[in-house]
This record gives sequence, C-alpha cells and structure tokens, in this order.
Amino acid sequence: MKLKQITILTLLLSGTIITLIACGSGGEKKTTETTQPAATTTDNAQKEKDNKRGIGKFTKVDIPATLDKAMADAGNKIYDTKCMSCHRLTDEKLVGPGWKGVTSRRTPEWIMNFATNTDEMLANDPQAQALLETCLVRMPNQSLTDDDARHVYEFMRKNDGVK
Amino acid sequence: MKHAFSKLLLAIIIISFLAPACKPKGVESAVSGDAAQKTYVAPGKYDEFYDFVSGGFSGQMSVYGIPSGRLFRVIPVFSVDPEKGYGYSEETKAMLNTSHGFVPWDDLHHIALSETDGVQDGRWVFGNGNNTPRIARVDLKTFRTAEIIEIPNSAGNHSSPFITENSEYVVAGTRFSIPMDNSNDDVPINTYKQNFRGTVSFIAVDKNTGGMKINFQILLPGVNFDLARAGKGKSHGWMFFSCYNSERANTLLEVNASQKDKDFILCVNWKKAEEYLAAGKGQKQSVKYAHNLYDEKKHMASSTIENEVTVLDPKDCPDMVYFMPCPKSPHGCDTDPTGEYIVGSGKLAAVIPVFSFTKIQQAIASKNFDGDYEGIPVLKYDAVLHGEVQKPGLGPLHTEFDANGNAYTSFFVSSEVVKWNIKDLKVLDRVPTYYSVGHLSVPGGPTKKPWGKYLIAYNKITKDRYLPTGPELAQSAQLYDISGDKMKLILDFPTIGEPHYAEAIPADLIMKNSQKIYKIEENANPYATIGDKNARVERKGNEVHVYMTAIRSHFTPDNIEGVKMGDVVYFHVTNLEQDWDVPHGFAVKGANNAELLIMPGETQTLSWKPEKPGVYPMYCTDFCSALHQEMQGYIRVSAAGSNVPITFSTGKTNPEPAPAPSK
Repeated sequence: MKLKQITILTLLLSGTIITLIACGSGGEKKTTETTQPAATTTDNAQKEKDNKRGIGKFTKVDIPATLDKAMADAGNKIYDTKCMSCHRLTDEKLVGPGWKGVTSRRTPEWIMNFATNTDEMLANDPQAQALLETCLVRMPNQSLTDDDARHVYEFMRKNDGVK
Repeated sequence: MKHAFSKLLLAIIIISFLAPACKPKGVESAVSGDAAQKTYVAPGKYDEFYDFVSGGFSGQMSVYGIPSGRLFRVIPVFSVDPEKGYGYSEETKAMLNTSHGFVPWDDLHHIALSETDGVQDGRWVFGNGNNTPRIARVDLKTFRTAEIIEIPNSAGNHSSPFITENSEYVVAGTRFSIPMDNSNDDVPINTYKQNFRGTVSFIAVDKNTGGMKINFQILLPGVNFDLARAGKGKSHGWMFFSCYNSERANTLLEVNASQKDKDFILCVNWKKAEEYLAAGKGQKQSVKYAHNLYDEKKHMASSTIENEVTVLDPKDCPDMVYFMPCPKSPHGCDTDPTGEYIVGSGKLAAVIPVFSFTKIQQAIASKNFDGDYEGIPVLKYDAVLHGEVQKPGLGPLHTEFDANGNAYTSFFVSSEVVKWNIKDLKVLDRVPTYYSVGHLSVPGGPTKKPWGKYLIAYNKITKDRYLPTGPELAQSAQLYDISGDKMKLILDFPTIGEPHYAEAIPADLIMKNSQKIYKIEENANPYATIGDKNARVERKGNEVHVYMTAIRSHFTPDNIEGVKMGDVVYFHVTNLEQDWDVPHGFAVKGANNAELLIMPGETQTLSWKPEKPGVYPMYCTDFCSALHQEMQGYIRVSAAGSNVPITFSTGKTNPEPAPAPSK
C-alpha cells in the first residue's frame, strides 16, 4: 500500500517536472529549482535511482547478459565518426573521459540519455554537470538517434569485455 | 478614491514624459507616435517577415527581419566573401567561374522569390548579376547560393530575374545592346544601328530541383531593356519588359536617349514562343556561357561551359512580341495582383500610364497598330491604355501593390511614396522618404497574393539620416505601416551595399524548412575525413593533402611535418560536429587566401603555398567552446631538398624526434 502511494506520488511529481521542462520557460535555473521540491518528497533510494538514469526518454533499458555483436559493430562505426575525436577506448582522458569501464560506472539509461539529450543533461543532471566541471568542453550533441545510442552502448559493453 | 487619485497622477506623469517626444520637429514629424511599439521585436522573439534585399554593388544578398529591420545574414552570391571562404575555398571557386574566367564581383539588383500559383512558396530566391550577365539561385533551406548561370548575347543583365507565377521561367533582358556573341563583334561603335541588338532570355526553372536552363532567347532591336514583370492570372503566359533608348543612341544617352516622347514596353507571349520553339523555328547559335552548380552532398561546386543557345527571331515568329508605347524612358513595369493592369513608370513623365491586359488583347485581335518598330508591331497607345494617374509626383520609378486594390509608386525626384487606387486612378495618400527613393517592397507585393501590412522604401541618398561616417554612408531603408488608410513611417534601418529590389515573405514559409546541419553520414565530399581514423597526410608529387577533422576543440592532425618548399598544401577540413550552430573556422599564418568557415558535417578545403621554410601556426577562428583558444596546431615547412618525412599526429605527448633538415 505504502509503496503504491509513493509510486503515484512520484508519477505525479515527475509529470509536473516534465510539464515544467516542456514549457521551456525556465531554462537552466528554473528547471533545477523545480526538481528540488520533488526530491524532498521522494525517498532517497528512488532519488538515487533517478539520478543514475539521467534525464531523457530512456527510463528503463533491458540489457541482455550476452553481447549483440551486430549492434556492437554498428556502434563501433558511429564511435569512429562521432565519438573517437574526444573519447579513447582506454581509461585515458582526452577531451572527454576514456570509455574503459564506463558500463560499470554508469547505467545504460544515463549513457543513452546523455548521448541523445545532451544539452538538457548538461543543464540539469548533476553527474553530467560534474563531468563538465572537470572536462570544461561541453559534450557536443552529435545527433544520435535512439538506435544509434543503443548501438554505441553495446559497443561500450564490448569494449568492457562482455561476450 | 485615493487609489483613483494616484492613478491620475501616474497618468499625468507618463503623459508629461511622452509629450515632448510627440512634438513635431523637422523630418521627425513624419514619424507616428506608436512607431516604437510597431517595430519592437522583444529579445528572443521572431520577426513576422524575412526580407531578402539585393546588395547592389556589393554583389551579395542580405536578409533582414521585418518589422525590426535587424540584419540576420549576408548571403554571398556574386562576390567573394573571405569571412565565409566563399570564392576562396577550393569547393566554392567554381561558383564564380564565367566565360571570362573567374570573376570575383558583380552588381546584384533584383530579387525574385519562387512562386506556386502566383503565391510565394519559400523554396528559392533568385538574383541577377548585372555586370557579367548571370542569374543566381539561392536555396532557402541552406541560405546558400546553389546555382549560377551566365547569360550569353547579353550585357548589363538588368531586367532580370523576374519570375512567372509557377516559377516556369526567370527572365534576363539586356540593358546594353551589343553585337551578338557569334557575330564579328569587333565593329565601330558608331555602327550601333546596323550591328547592335538586344535579347531577352527565358531561363526555365525545374519545378523539383530549381535547376536552371536557358530555354530560348528572343532577338530584338538594339534598345536598352530595363525592368520586367510576368503576367499573372488572366495575363499568365505573357511577360512585359520596359525599354528605353528607342532612339538607339550609342553616346551621351542622358540627352540622346531622351529625345522621343514615348519609348516602349515589350509584351512577350511566351506560350507562343514555346510553340515556335517546339516547331523548330529557333536558330541554334554557337556561344559560350558558364553554368555552375553547388552539390549539397559533396559540398562542392562544379562549372560547365555550355556551347549553344536557341534564338527566336520575331521575323520568323509572328504574333509573339509587340511594342506598347510608354511615355518618357519607362523604368518600372509592374503588373497588379489580378494581372489585368500593367503600370509603366516613365522616369521623365508627368503621369503614370496604366495599361489594360484586356485592351492589349483586343488591340492585337483587331490589329490596332501604330505602325511597327524595326518590324515589330506597335500597339496604339490610346487603344491599350486603362488610364493615367494625373500629377502623381516627379520621377516615378517602381510600383508595388497591396491586396486591397491599391498601388504604391516611388518618386525619385520628389522623394515620396504615393498611394493610389488602381481602378479609378485617384491619388489617396503621399508620404515623404529620406531621400530619393528607388525600389519599394510590400511583402508579397509582386504576386497574386500580397501579404501587405508593411511597405519598405529603399532610398538612394542617405545624407543626414544616421550618425555621419565620413564621406561614405550606409544606404537607408525606411519601413512604413500601410495597414490603415494613411501610410505611416515607423523605422529607418541601414543596409548592405546599395539595395535595389527586395522581396519580403512571411517567416513561417521559410523557417520551418531551415537546415540545421549537414549530416556527416551523407557527406560525399571526396576529400572528407569521416572520423579520426581516416585523418592523414598524403603526398602526391608536390601536392600535400591534409585530411583533417575538427571538433570541440581540436584538429586531427594538429602537428604536421614533411612539407617542402614548392609544395601546395591542401587542408581538407571536415567538421565532425552534428549540432546546430557549431561551425569551426580554419586559418594558416601567411596564407594568400581567406579562412574557411566549416558548418557541422561539412568539408571545405583551403589551398596554401608556403613562401619560406619555418613553422606555421594554424587555428580555429570561430569561437567554439571554453577551450576554443586551445584549438590550434603547427605545420612545419622544410627546404626543397630536405629529407624530413611526412609525419602527423594529434595528442602525441612524446613524439619521436623528427630528423633535422639536411643541408
């Protein structure tokens, strides 16, 4: 019963947030403000989970245990064109962080939201903002489609040794 | 009660502040009190109209917002533009190729927006090159010049590029008559009457691609063709060209071409011309003209020299062209939205003649001619005249229309705009311009569907309108509110070059189609570097090709060695960004060239011939990120006989030492 109430409350609140963001009136500051009251009424576990998912359309991505090789290859091609200039496959930081181990540091939702909803993530997601503070160059929106983002994630998994 | 009192007090204070501003004072008296409200577009808000304005002797086309008068973009068309690398990059040089070779400048006078069924459709905007006769097509998805076609048998392409109601044709008429291209054209100038001829050209526009092709030219007597307008609605299928110098003078035209009481408007039945063309009545002439196309996928222009044009001679094609007398050196020749009325504007005339298309047809049917001019029938003036606007002003030039049956004519000599009714020819209103107005523009004014609301006057003289800037001043445009009975001056704004004609179009017809990036996956430039894996430097004889990428905020490669004196280096820079409004620039020290400005997903090439050995810096010129100032690199140039090999890298922190140059 309690759980159900919380879920409804969360849904309501997140609905409000989405509406506020969709209005586009606030820009960075306002949307940040509106997330705060929501956070106070959501329990901590939920908050942490939301943060780990980032901001964007990906709220739950099912990832199978084994690698989808075709997807990973497609992701590799996108990496070569759109990502490689700034991200190494090792743990070396170039312009952005190296990708080694990224799939254990971040959730698939967070990575895919960042890749497809870059500007909003940089404006409102605390983890993306923390990265910007260390890298100082805004990650470019490279116009990845939803499928592109999933393929790149699969390529990251391959890079992290998933078979 | 107290509340009401404080309100009253407030009102008094406001009024006392506003009052001095309303006080008439010199030329400011022409400005209406609510001008600021009507032209103010708040920060972050959009203008109602795009205004495409010819640049005149700048050779370019500029884009303003109306009603704010804010400048958004200068589109390079006929002149090089080092800011954008236009005419300097290897990809764009071919756009300015002509039968005379590379021509880096022209004089762009008139604008024609594409139309469907007589209504602006927002697909393309055309402009004419006056000096080296050409027509350009600008694609309104990218706001870039997509095509330029040169016009043979022409000099001073002034009556151009006026467009038909379904964009079937844009036209080009010679201002200068000349000996034809394929004749012996080394003739004494005083043999003008025997040897000099005029032409008008009909350039077909492909309805899907916008691609241009000279369908036919019409050979005409050696007069000066000035301006033109297409018929519309009932007069669709006809084109009207004003012309002067029916005296056919070849010197001191100011006096010698102003002798006759009347010159002409040429009426062309182009549907009839198409029939003659299909029947093989045209004569193929051997000529040379350039046709340049910009490939949006390759990001690269190509230039082809065409060798042939088909010419129709009225002596073989009866009932195709007629001359209509028009008083005193006609300039503007404008058709009203219904297509029934053709307004002529004699620069030296004291009246504005308005011709009736119905009467023209009747006069032709009953052969009501006043003899002929060089074999072409001349229609009887009284037979084709709808009426004359009496005492309109001095020096009428151009007429635009609103949707309510009103015409607006500019008067150069008396510096005013006069509003009059097309049917009863009565003058309704007049307002001063500052100073000496040339063209006018009402949004949609030349079409079947004028959007109205505003009128913009493009003035030829600026004098004291702005803060002085030495002897050379910006040209001045003025915006009038024409939504009421009286025209109201609401804004002055300075312009680029010397605007002639301009056309404004509702913003929503264009902005929804505006392209944001070039998709990197679709980049078909043969020198593109799709991803850093492909970044490299290759030597081909004495050419060094650098395949380089740019992304916030570094180039790959950014350290290059192995270039030798005598080499030509080609920097092929691909911008890997895929986000709107993230161009990168590229410049090299000492390059006898310009910069590159590369849009997201685009590839552009700069050629560079080093003049002495040394290390040359290169950098991004367009502020791209917080670390833009770090977006730089070096290229080393060694002596001609040096054994320094080609090497290249980015981010290599411990490079192997390259050998010192051998002496």
